[in-house]
This record gives sequence, structure tokens and C-alpha cells, in this order.
Amino acid sequence: MELMELTALELGAAIKKGEVSVPEATRAALNRVSEANPENNAFITVTAEAAMARAEELQKGVKDASAPLYGVPMALKDNICTKGVKTSCASKILGDFAPVYDATLVEKLEQGGNVLLGKLNMDEFAMGSTSETSYYGPVKNPWATDHVPGGSSGGAAAAVAAGECWYAVGSDTGGSIRQPASYCGVTGMKPTYGTVSRYGLIAYASSLDQMGPLARTAADCAAVLDAVTGKDKRDGTSLGGTYGSLLAALDGKVKGMKIGIPDDCFGDGLDAEVSQAVLAVAEVLRARGAQVEHFALPVMEYVVPTYYIIAAAEASSNLSRFDGVKYGWRAEGYEDLTDLYNKTRTEGFGAEVKRRILLGTFVLSTGYYDAYYKKALQVKAVIKKAYDEAFSNYDLILTPVAPTTAPRLGESLSDPLKMYLSDIYTVPLNLAGLPGLSMPCGLDQNGMPIGAQLIGPALGEQKVLNAAHAFQMDTDFHKMAPKGGTAQ
Amino acid sequence: MTWEMVIGLETHVELATKTKIFCSCTTEFGGAPNTHCCPVCTGMPGTLPVLNEKVLEYAVKTGLALNCEITRYNKFDRKNYFYPDLPKAYQISQLYLPIARHGAVPICTESGVEKDIRIHEMHMEEDAGKLVHDPWIDQTRADYNRCGVPLIEIVTEPDFRSAEEVIAYLEKLRSTLQYLGVSDCKMQEGSLRCDVNLSVRPAGTEEFGTRTEMKNINSFKAITRAIEYEARRQTELIEEGKRVVQETRRWDENKDATFTMRSKENAQDYRYFPEPDIPPIEITEEYLDRRRAELPEMAEEKMIRYQAEYSLPAYDAEMITGQRALADFFEETVALGAPAKEVANWIMGQIMRQLSAQGMEAKDMTFTPKTMARLIALVSGGTLNRNTAVKVFDAVFMDDGDVDAYVKEHGLEQVSDAGLVNTAVEEVFAANPKSIEDFKSGKEKAFGFLMGQTMQKLKGKADPKVVNAAIRSKLGQM
Repeated sequence: MELMELTALELGAAIKKGEVSVPEATRAALNRVSEANPENNAFITVTAEAAMARAEELQKGVKDASAPLYGVPMALKDNICTKGVKTSCASKILGDFAPVYDATLVEKLEQGGNVLLGKLNMDEFAMGSTSETSYYGPVKNPWATDHVPGGSSGGAAAAVAAGECWYAVGSDTGGSIRQPASYCGVTGMKPTYGTVSRYGLIAYASSLDQMGPLARTAADCAAVLDAVTGKDKRDGTSLGGTYGSLLAALDGKVKGMKIGIPDDCFGDGLDAEVSQAVLAVAEVLRARGAQVEHFALPVMEYVVPTYYIIAAAEASSNLSRFDGVKYGWRAEGYEDLTDLYNKTRTEGFGAEVKRRILLGTFVLSTGYYDAYYKKALQVKAVIKKAYDEAFSNYDLILTPVAPTTAPRLGESLSDPLKMYLSDIYTVPLNLAGLPGLSMPCGLDQNGMPIGAQLIGPALGEQKVLNAAHAFQMDTDFHKMAPKGGTAQ
Repeated sequence: MTWEMVIGLETHVELATKTKIFCSCTTEFGGAPNTHCCPVCTGMPGTLPVLNEKVLEYAVKTGLALNCEITRYNKFDRKNYFYPDLPKAYQISQLYLPIARHGAVPICTESGVEKDIRIHEMHMEEDAGKLVHDPWIDQTRADYNRCGVPLIEIVTEPDFRSAEEVIAYLEKLRSTLQYLGVSDCKMQEGSLRCDVNLSVRPAGTEEFGTRTEMKNINSFKAITRAIEYEARRQTELIEEGKRVVQETRRWDENKDATFTMRSKENAQDYRYFPEPDIPPIEITEEYLDRRRAELPEMAEEKMIRYQAEYSLPAYDAEMITGQRALADFFEETVALGAPAKEVANWIMGQIMRQLSAQGMEAKDMTFTPKTMARLIALVSGGTLNRNTAVKVFDAVFMDDGDVDAYVKEHGLEQVSDAGLVNTAVEEVFAANPKSIEDFKSGKEKAFGFLMGQTMQKLKGKADPKVVNAAIRSKLGQM
């Protein structure tokens, strides 16, 4: 049995049956990490010793374990707080900061018997679409190391694709789970806003941030979500008991489901190979009894500017606490308080983070608030309404995840505007708070993975997962593994 | 030319909830630095605020008591600025949809001005921490114990025309908040703090002058002095043909003057925007009804009732209901059987004298209604005369001592034994034949002398009425 080729659920079952021990699985993963990490830089921190100790401990309780992912090693994006374990947001400014508490999600995963292998690389403070803005160096795409893995959860997508862990948890503010999942050929899901407590997720844009899984399959994603969703009294925006076990109800039934394809998402700027592969998903689902229709969603031209105004505004406020006074890194040689702030923030933040802080500060300034931020909130409401109307007609919406497959390293840094525009298919879900899943549906002519996005109505996770599960029962795209090296 | 001052107030009030506004840390004052803190109130990355429902409850009650409209769809906003006492670098406050608006507080000043002070708005927010500079090591240290203590800020319209009106309003506000039980309003601990916005204009004109803001003045005395100083400063500037600069000024208690803190040009842009971590709060009619039902009897209602139920004079009723602690003390003492007017006299006389002498607030008084009632009973039962009772009161006031034990220990029981009194009178008469002659020849003054001599002989412990009667009877026999 090649352990690293199993899905998370398969490994969980093997552990339960005693075919594999938790320490064996953990050692296999750690070996794979030490092989792959020098190449793809997916991990910022590897907690090898703690992981082995935890694995030994969990092995003692295997017989009584009931959680489907008991003993399965995984990793967390480095913006999720882990008590006593360095949490850097891939930024210089946090230095060796180790939180004094665990995120609610971390506590829940521990209750489900996870083994934490370490913390994953990302774009600095989750700002970016390529995982190149990390203070710890860029992450590289396991399918071709001269390509980016996507971002901002690039380390999570790369680690799962390279077989370094069975699943990972990332965060998604404008596509940061779904887009890297697409670029790296794995399955990733951003659930409905409020289903996973944000307590312990270092905020980028509070009204848009949501954590979710990256794994090999939709079923694995369902199992992770089952472990981490639920009302949290420490997060006022978290939602109460909304659905039962997603995994238990995962039957792949799509018969009678109405799937809408918005023509506005298949126009100019979309790569022809991507378009073809995504539309082919509809055919697979139609063959299983789903109805497929095309419709108009005439809000797409507003989604990117609306997103960047809201996200930057919230970020400018959320990131103000990193000032060198209380924790993290502090600049040297300051003269007074203002100088301490200026030097620390000038030297501690990278260019993309500073760009967004400046943009956010500008749109919230007196005299500009109404023209930008307030208007963006109004447009956000219009976008949400357009999706709500679409879901009065359809069970699911099918779109691309990104206009292209993974670009080459360095291409996006020189043209941030182009990079922002490539977020067009993913950001509306964050603005509308909707669940979305990215799954592999083909390879382009260079052998790079293509992703399709399934979107559900609020709390429609089950529908999304069922459709993805149906697709994965009939196709093998999710089983493709990178061979490494550079692009063909 | 006569000048008129125009004043508006912003008052910050710390709410007396047990826990902080967005976490479950204690709000207790003091404590070693950074011991009343958690990841939430110290703004650690990834933490989130969750509103303490008691804060909303207290704020709504206050809004109702100040005759405000309660905002049904509430939001919190972030006020962004950098300062080391603010660990998130933003304060969670309310700008766009504050909890209450458009209220009115009726005031009556000592010189008899009666008017309504309009409330512009009232909002909920979190307090910041404290910076402590240690000159010994030349370092500033941050204490986050106060971070997240709930505040309400009450903003008036520019309706005040004198320091006296400001003080009348603040006294009324303090009384209201204490009656509601939403704040202890301890100015010396910073639980009631005032910013004063002041401008001057020629009397009789409508247009506002340029205003200055004086921050964080923390006693009624200082507020009066600061207002008077600042109005004089502005008037002098204008009369000299200079301009008043719109700015924030600091009141220096020791120098008795205000000084520039920052001008309008250096005013910060707080970049307010809706707090995304706290969902909007909708207040239902049922919620409001519940809060209305919980409102206690307020000062005005008590004042009317005291006059009707206890036949107290209006002056007494107003004095006693001026502070909730005094009204409570009054009611509890009366409930123990003491005559209402007696209790009122003790409160307005001796208790207020002691409080002022001790520099103490009524609500901090340890002297109990039970002790008061016992003392009153001893007087009306004839055990103590009034003068001795005051001495006993002074002796037991601070630690609520045992009245009976004190009286016994010091042998203060009133002499009501007729034999003892008569013996004393006879001795005084024998020693002062001249005074008796004087009295007989019509000098009423001599009676007072005989009275005084007899009381002295009885060490002041006799009932003056009894002594008076004994002397009259003896003189009558002559």
C-alpha cells in the first residue's frame, strides 16, 4: 500500500482497521515533507517532534476512536493560531510570534484526533493569488516548479498535491482556497460564511474570510467540514446548527438537480481550454440526471473592484495592530513612538500588503468613504441579490475557478492589476457569503491542472459536495498526481 | 459688550457590568497591571469581540431614562488610530447608528434656571488601557486592565449657557445613572469623565463662535473652573481682536489654566467603518418593554412620593432623592420604624456633614440604616438626648459601631430620674441666689443660666425638657 496515495478517509479507515498505525502514517508524511519541501517550500514550520509524540498518543486510543479522520496527519495555513507554535502569516512583521491560544478550528480538529505536521506557506497575510509574497520565499507548484501554486493558500494546495499531507486547512477571502486548489489539481472548499468559526484566524478581511479544507476528494472535504463547522460563542458571526453530517449524507445523487451556467463567466478573458474542461463537467452531471441551463448573471464586471475596496478597507484596520509594540518583530533605531510605528511597519510589511493597506486607508478616508467604501457595500448587496435570484432558479451554479491555469513564477508580481482581475470568478462568493468548491476537471496542453467551481446557495454545502462527489465517482481527474519537474 | 458662553458636553460613563464589553474579563478597578486581561481584550491576532448583552441592556435603560429614541437597528463601528494603549489600533464604538438619540434632560440650577438639555446621541464603546510612565527607568509601560471596560458616551446639544447649568446637568445625570444602577459614577476612578466643548458669542446673537474642546476633566470643581477660565480666555482673545483657534485643549489642574493639545489641522482621520466582527443588533418592541418594566423609581417620582407618603417638605424630599444611596438609606431606615421626618433631619444634617467632612460619597457609606434607626429610637425613647446622640453618631459613623455598647461604655444614658434632677436643681439654686433674684425681678436671661448650670452638673446627659420643667416648678414655688 502506497500510503501517500490514499485519500484522507481511506487512511482514516486503514488506521481504524489497524492496517496502518498513526505513527507509521505520520512518519511517512514527515519523510515526504523533508523530500518535497526543499523543492516546493510549502511548509514554513514543520512540527516533526510534536507530530510524532501526538501520533504515539493517538495510537493508544485507536480502538475507541469514532472520528473518520482519527489519526490522519494534516497541516494548517500559517494564519491559523496554534498555541505555542509559530504563526507568521508569512510576514516578517510577526517574527517568531507564537499565539497564546488555539483557534476554535484547531481545538475541534484536535477533538477529532488530527496530527498536526506543521504550518503552511502562503501569501503574506493571505494577500495575493500566487503565494509569491511570502517573507519565507515563494511556494512552487508541484506540477511544475517554475509555476506558481496559486494563492493565498498555495502552501496548502501544494502540500496536498505533493502528497505531504492528507488534507490541509486554508483560508479563503476572495478565492484563496479554491484558486490554489485549481492550480494544483486538488479539491478545496470555502463553506458558507459563518459555518466555520473565525476565532483564531488572523484576519485579512473579516466580513469575507472563511476557513475550509483542501484535500484529494469532495468526500475528504465533507469529513473535514463535519469536524470543524458549528456555532462558536467566541465568534458573533458564526451560524448555529445548520446541517447534519455532510459525509453521512454524501450520496452523489444529482438527479433532478438544476445546474445553472452563467454565460457572463464564459466570455472574454477566459482561456479556451479552461472553458472547454469546465463545460464538460456539466455533461458528466447531465449524464447522471442533472438539468443544465445557461443564464445571465450581469454583475460580473463589478465584483473585482467591489471586492478590492472592501477587502483592502478591512485589511487596513485589521493589520493596524501589527505595530512593533506588543509582539512580533520591532524595527531597530527608532527615535520616538511615531518613528517606531513607521520603521516597523515600513520594514515589516511586504509590498503587496502595503499596497492594500494604502488602498484601504484611502477608501476609508474622510471625503472618500461615501464614494468608495459605502458604494462598495451597496454594490455588494446588489451582487448578493443577483446570486439569491439565481438560486431561486438553480440548485447549483457551475463556473471556472480562474481564467487560466497556473501562471509562471514572477509573471504576476509585475502586473498586480492583472492578478486582481484573475480573481473574478471566486470573489463574488465571498461577497455573497456563499459556499463554493474547486475540483480538478482536466489538464491544459502544458499538463497543468484545470479547476471547475461549483457554487451553492447559502448553507447549500450538501448539494455542492454531492455534485462534486458525483463527478469524482465518474471521472479520475482527482486521482491525477504531479510528476514533478518543470512544465512541458 | 456682554458675552455669552455656549457649551456642549460629551460625557463618558463606565458601565458597572461585572465583565468587559467583548470578553469575560472582570471590570474591577485596580488590580496589578495586566491581570484583568485575556487574548480578546488585549487584541491578540485572530481574536473576535462578542457583545456582552448586559452592556446593551444598561445602555438601553439609560437611553430610556434620558428620554431618548432607542435605535432599533444598531451597529458598531471601528474608530481607527494608533496609540499604545489601544492594542487593536482601533476602538470599537458606534458612529453611524448609535444606540440612542434625541433625548432631553430637564435641569434646575441653584439660581433657579429651569430648562431642558437636549441629548444629541448616546453610544456604546470600549475603553482603552492606561500608559504609565516610569521616570526612574524612563520607560512607558502599558496596562491593559481597563481595555474593554464598557463605556457609554452621552453627547448633548450645545444647550448650556453657564458652568452652573453644566453642573446641574451632571448632577442630574449622575443621579439618574446611579438610580438605574448602571454606573457607580466615581469621578476619581475615572468612571465618569467629561469633555467640554465651549465657545463664546455676543449675548443675544444666534451664530456660534469658534469652539475649543477640553478633554477629560475629572471633578465638578475642575469643570467649573475650566469653563470659567476658558470662557474668559476666549472673550479676552476676541476683545483684543484676535481669533479663537479651533483646537483640543488640556485643563491643567495645578496651573488652573488650559493649554493647547492639538489643533484642528492635526486632527486625526479616524476612518470609521462598520465593525464586521459584530453582526447588527435589532432591538424588538418586546425587548424595549422588558427594559421599560425594569426601570426603577427615579428621583422625581420618589420626590413626589416622599411628600405624599411621608409628608416630607419639598426641600427635604429633593435633598434626599438627589442621590440614590441617600434615598435608599432613607427608605430602609423608615422601614425599620423610625419616623420619616426624624430620618430626613439626620440625613440632611449629620450624615451630610459627616460625608463632606470625610470627603466621602453617600454610596460608599458604611453606616447602616439599622444603626441609624437604633440611634433615633434611643433619642425618642428618652435614653439619649439630642446633643449626646450627635456625639454617639460621630463616634460610630465611620465603622458603623454598636450604638448601645458605645452609650453604655461611656455612661451616656440620659438622666431621667426626677430625684437626681431635683437634687441638682436644688444644689444650683443654693449656689446662685443672685440669679434667682434676677429672675424674680424679670431678667429672663437668668433662667438660661440656671438651666445651663443644672445641665452641666448632670454632665449634659439629662433631658433638657425635664430640667426645664424642674426649674420652672422650683421657681414657681418661691
